[in-house]
Amino acid sequence: MLSKRNIIILFVAVAAVAANFIIPKPFDPVIVLHAEYIPIPVRLPLLGDHIPNTVIATWVTMAVLILVSVLATRNMGLVPSGLQNVVEMVIERLLGFFEGMAGERARQFFPLVATFFLFIIVSNWMGLLPGYGSIGVWEEHHAEEVQAVETVAHEAEKAEEHHEEEKVLAPILRSAATDLNTTVALAICSVVAAQAFGFRAAGFGYLTRFIKFGRLFSFVKGLIGRGPRQGLETLLMGVGDVIIGVLEIFDEFTKILSFSFRLFGNIFAGEVLLIVIAFLMPLLASLPFMALELFVGFMQAFIFAVLSLSFFGLAVAHGEHEH
Amino acid sequence: MEALANPNFIAGFTIALGAIFPALAIGRFVSAAMEALGRNPSAGPAISTNLIVALAFTEAIAIYALVVALAIKFVA
Repeated sequence: MLSKRNIIILFVAVAAVAANFIIPKPFDPVIVLHAEYIPIPVRLPLLGDHIPNTVIATWVTMAVLILVSVLATRNMGLVPSGLQNVVEMVIERLLGFFEGMAGERARQFFPLVATFFLFIIVSNWMGLLPGYGSIGVWEEHHAEEVQAVETVAHEAEKAEEHHEEEKVLAPILRSAATDLNTTVALAICSVVAAQAFGFRAAGFGYLTRFIKFGRLFSFVKGLIGRGPRQGLETLLMGVGDVIIGVLEIFDEFTKILSFSFRLFGNIFAGEVLLIVIAFLMPLLASLPFMALELFVGFMQAFIFAVLSLSFFGLAVAHGEHEH
Repeated sequence: MEALANPNFIAGFTIALGAIFPALAIGRFVSAAMEALGRNPSAGPAISTNLIVALAFTEAIAIYALVVALAIKFVA
């Protein structure tokens, strides 16, 4: 156990841990909930001259995915090799898994669900690369301006003195899912797509998935003599069906919230964790947390895709049962 | 008692309190899944898939508490 190699390893480990506490930190970490705006040299028509750094990270993710797709489908051979082989393997595994989950219908949902998975996992994992969060632009950090309600001259001067200015790093790249806008957009895409799939499968009858007037109608028909007379419990159950239907509509909106906050909370909390560890004990303690973030990034992409797939399946199943 | 009104304290308390019940629920889920797996090892993939989906829902509730804590701390 006490071989020369082990002694060297032990010494290096202890030195690394000790160095964490000896090396002075350059500045305190600043954690911001919203995306920081980065000034860009050109003035774009819709975006202006400041872009949020998470949007830039989204573009980088898109560029990576598009580049890999284009490179893999150039000169496609019947027997794949090289990059085409890797991409085909990934697609095959994904399709096999989704078909195991959703059966025959997985094929029609596969493009959207696999895109969710690939986009989120690439964006999460790229957020762990060196350069995300560390390369940036120095900006002044304006502390909360003192409420200067009175516009008296000397009051305004006092307010300016309280105006602290310390330089804060605004990173150029920040993991895309750490912005609530990205995750809400993805969640809305998923929920709206579920409704679209439902309408495509069932036509206008999809609306009856939520509010089921069936029992209420049969009770009313019994009253006016058009159908068999129903008992009182049919009326009560009919009213219950309508109330449950309204709750189900709210559930769809809750899905948007839960999708977006699950992804945002996981990735943003992971980023905060990594920043705090990087400023507390960078040398040895960063490793297990990086591994945790790798796992969390994969899990969140997987969960988003799997939950989307099951909601799509539920939306379409209604049409198949009814008509 | 006035120290309790400190936003940092409230943020910490929010997530600490909000993570108790999801943690207990996840423990019950996994224990039931392990038991089912022990009884029927061949149903492994089906059990794990359903377990993962259930875990996502439960963890989301803890994440809601975390997001509220983060909002209290970083957004006023």
